[in-house]
Amino acid sequence: MKLSPRFKYEIAKEFGGENLKLCFACGICTASCPIREIDEKYNPRRIIRMVLLGMKQRVLNSDFIWLCSSCYACTERCPQGVRFTEVMNAIKNLAVKEGYIHPAFAQQLHILRQFGRLYEIDEFDNNKRIAFGLPKVEKTKGFTKKIIEIAGLNNIIPRREDDKNV
Amino acid sequence: MKYALYPGCTVLGRGRNYEMAARAVAAIFDIEFIDLFDFECCGFPIKSMNYETFLVMAARNLLSAEEKGLDICTLCNACTSSLTEVNKYLIEHFDEKTRLVALLRKKGIDYRMGRNIDVKHFTKILYEDIGIDEIQKLIKKKLLNLHVAPHYGCHYLKPTAIYKNPEDSENPQSLDELISVTGAHSMDYNTKTGCCGAGILAISEDLAYSIARPKLQELSTNSADAMILMCPFCSIMFDDNQRKIEQKFQERYNLPVLYYPQLLGLALGIDEKSLGLRMNRVRTTTLLEKVKHV
Repeated sequence: MKLSPRFKYEIAKEFGGENLKLCFACGICTASCPIREIDEKYNPRRIIRMVLLGMKQRVLNSDFIWLCSSCYACTERCPQGVRFTEVMNAIKNLAVKEGYIHPAFAQQLHILRQFGRLYEIDEFDNNKRIAFGLPKVEKTKGFTKKIIEIAGLNNIIPRREDDKNV
Repeated sequence: MKYALYPGCTVLGRGRNYEMAARAVAAIFDIEFIDLFDFECCGFPIKSMNYETFLVMAARNLLSAEEKGLDICTLCNACTSSLTEVNKYLIEHFDEKTRLVALLRKKGIDYRMGRNIDVKHFTKILYEDIGIDEIQKLIKKKLLNLHVAPHYGCHYLKPTAIYKNPEDSENPQSLDELISVTGAHSMDYNTKTGCCGAGILAISEDLAYSIARPKLQELSTNSADAMILMCPFCSIMFDDNQRKIEQKFQERYNLPVLYYPQLLGLALGIDEKSLGLRMNRVRTTTLLEKVKHV
């Protein structure tokens, strides 16, 4: 397998990846992880080792990097302040830049581009809201779509055909 | 007391009962909500895809409230952590704040900066700004025969580094106290600090259900009258999906799941309809009967 010795530096440069190299492999992250308890595919200590060893393609192309539930149990307990939840975000950010993205995340981005929120509130919902004494919710002004453009996420993840009319 | 209400996407989409109860409870404590009509996604789902986009999305929502001179009240744990994290970052890095304001201006999104604002979850406002003693004074009906289990939700407590008055995330007590003041008994249980699994629901339903399961098992075995929570994501797991989890594991829990303002609302004497208690997925009928006979 081809190794990429610079991989750990690339992760360390991403937001949240800074403390990666402080890991001394005690394994409290793995022991605390609710995902690991159910599915052995996801193993925080192992993921850090893979990054430090330079197994770039194996990590970025994997299914397991998308399994973090972001519960922060590892981050709170890590004696070295590695902030593994943020390290996972750094790994996923890099994966997206390199063209790997889980379809569920691509779908969320697609929804946010269209509606600015994860759920569209249409007239039907608004009528229900009013019936229950809640204020009407205005349509979004397309800020999120513009912001996704600013950061260049459009270039990272190609727009889907059906986004065009929005 | 005035706050800009940031309900968050999930509450608008799936938590009408929560929003109703929160507004009804807020009115009793003279907490005035100003609706932020231009709010959009807090950025939470984007953080793992692209940090810069997450930063700008959260910052725009914050700036909108800052321009109006309002602190933000959140209802969702995920929105709370996203907005709190970015708010802290912008307060500590003024250069970054001015960079983002300029970046947004270039896109025609123009905000004037004002005083630094605060972001607070509604439950935290009740606990810190109103306080147990004041709540006590307005309790009309003690829910003495209820045994309920607090579920804080990960992001209500963690990462502790971003919060102003962080609790011990291994042994949190605030929700327990907020439950006790209603007269209900707050149960201690082994899986109290467990994750609900919602964070990976979109990635793997099976895995998410397996993570939610132990709490449901433990609480139904211990005959809890309800689980009490304050995050719409956690509620999607434990309330909306409880039936699916029962089917998957061939188990029966039948555990009502209430938002904290719904429980508090009952003790404050607010009627069940205004608290949206008929909208909870797992039926609350038995629980409401029990409360009637206090």
